[in-house]
Amino acid sequence: MDFFIQQIASGLTSGAIYACVALGLVMIYVSTDHINFAQGEMAMFATYLAWAMINAGVPYWIAFGLTIAVAFFGGLFIQRVILKPLEHAPVLALVVCFIALLSIFNAIAGMIWSYTIKQFPSPFPSHDLFGNGLVSVQQLGVVGVTLVMLGLLTVFFRFTTLGLAMRAAAQNPASARLMGVRVAWMLALGWGLAASIGAIAGMLVAPIVFLDPNMMNGILVYGFASALVGGIGNPMGAVAGGFIVGVLENLVGSYVIGNELKLSFALVVVVGVLLLKPAGLFGRVIVRRV
Amino acid sequence: MVALLEAKALSAWHGPIRGLYELDLTVEQGGVTALLGANGAGKTTTLRALCNMVRRAGTTTFQGVDISRRSTEDIVRMGVAHVPEGRGTFVALTVEENLRLALHTRRDKAAAMRDRDLVFGYFPILQERLHQQAGTLSGGEQQMLAIGRALMLAPKLMLLDEPSFGLAPLIVREIFRILRQINEHEHVSMLIVEQNAALALDLADTVYLLETGKVVTSGPSALIQNDEALRKSYLGY
Repeated sequence: MDFFIQQIASGLTSGAIYACVALGLVMIYVSTDHINFAQGEMAMFATYLAWAMINAGVPYWIAFGLTIAVAFFGGLFIQRVILKPLEHAPVLALVVCFIALLSIFNAIAGMIWSYTIKQFPSPFPSHDLFGNGLVSVQQLGVVGVTLVMLGLLTVFFRFTTLGLAMRAAAQNPASARLMGVRVAWMLALGWGLAASIGAIAGMLVAPIVFLDPNMMNGILVYGFASALVGGIGNPMGAVAGGFIVGVLENLVGSYVIGNELKLSFALVVVVGVLLLKPAGLFGRVIVRRV
Repeated sequence: MVALLEAKALSAWHGPIRGLYELDLTVEQGGVTALLGANGAGKTTTLRALCNMVRRAGTTTFQGVDISRRSTEDIVRMGVAHVPEGRGTFVALTVEENLRLALHTRRDKAAAMRDRDLVFGYFPILQERLHQQAGTLSGGEQQMLAIGRALMLAPKLMLLDEPSFGLAPLIVREIFRILRQINEHEHVSMLIVEQNAALALDLADTVYLLETGKVVTSGPSALIQNDEALRKSYLGY
């Protein structure tokens, strides 16, 4: 029983991280209709920036905040400078561009910081929550940060006019323009937010998997699976999907197929969802009158 | 009367195809101008060219300011509200969110809330449907929502692209009655594109008749209404 609870707890922890990655993917998907394959590498790169700051003596939480801000402007910059010229390009050109971004970030990180793995500090103590070896404060912290972020995003999109303008721009860009919304900037804002969320995911995962340029490879696949399970257009669904995939993956890994095949489980989930419920568990089918 | 909007030698293209040939057009302050003509005459293209939504040439001035090179968003923010062809509903947003979107560009939030009450005064049905997903509204309700969204921008000029499209005659009459009220009470000038010539002639004071991207004739709507030859050959009644 203890082992089972431990598996659930660590499943929720990795689920929280998948949820962050999925949130970043959803953010770009809802604002631009694209899947950003470089989401993981952007997160990794931001995490290196945080690592460099912390190594230079900046206190953890200040480095955390600064990294989120830098990532935001980085995301904004990528959209404005690299993607804007490709506005009218076919989708495949964009996919190639995303893959290029992925390998560029990977290579630059390797070039600056080398491919040797590094330790990344965690802001949460690693001791037990109840002293019975089941749930650690670290795990609780990771889940907590994810939920807080989801809460902030929900409030932003539901209740602020800027969030509303972003949703409108994504849904019907032509009509949004006619309401005075600067659509191009809304897309850039979506990229900025996605990059910030990715940075948080990277900083949460790095203490667990250690920091190296390839640390997000597997996690991105789980992030895709989570976003699809939850419905790719729905932030709440992405987080729920993250937790579902995290827990299932851990249970299936420890009881059924063994740890080596865990990643293939994520791919099975992707294929399964696309076959059986393409809108995802929480995806909304939009009613349209024609 | 003073010209609110003036276009000189306005041309426009759809990709490689030219849709407008050096059109001259004026909308008077407080007036209602109608663009009439058959399908493909360039009516919708004219509205889009005025808002810089398509590739265009020529000069456009709004309240004496040259807007030829302004972005669509800026032109809207200056007070030109475009109610587009097909209504431009944000289908996945609620009615309330469709209207609240205008607050994104408005600083005077209190005045915006008053405008919202104004919209509900003209279209009470929108208040009843406030929290419904806008995609579930009927065609007529979506047209009302589109006009409501435009009103929320506190415009000086409204560009209306076939507000009667696909609607039952009874609802069309209702919408045109309200448009007249908006023009009279809110002092919103209008440039309206219509297939339904009889209705548009009734509402408008000035009419431009378009054929294949050129102005055939223009003048006070009463004159066009009484010119049987024109009516028969261009308006089909």
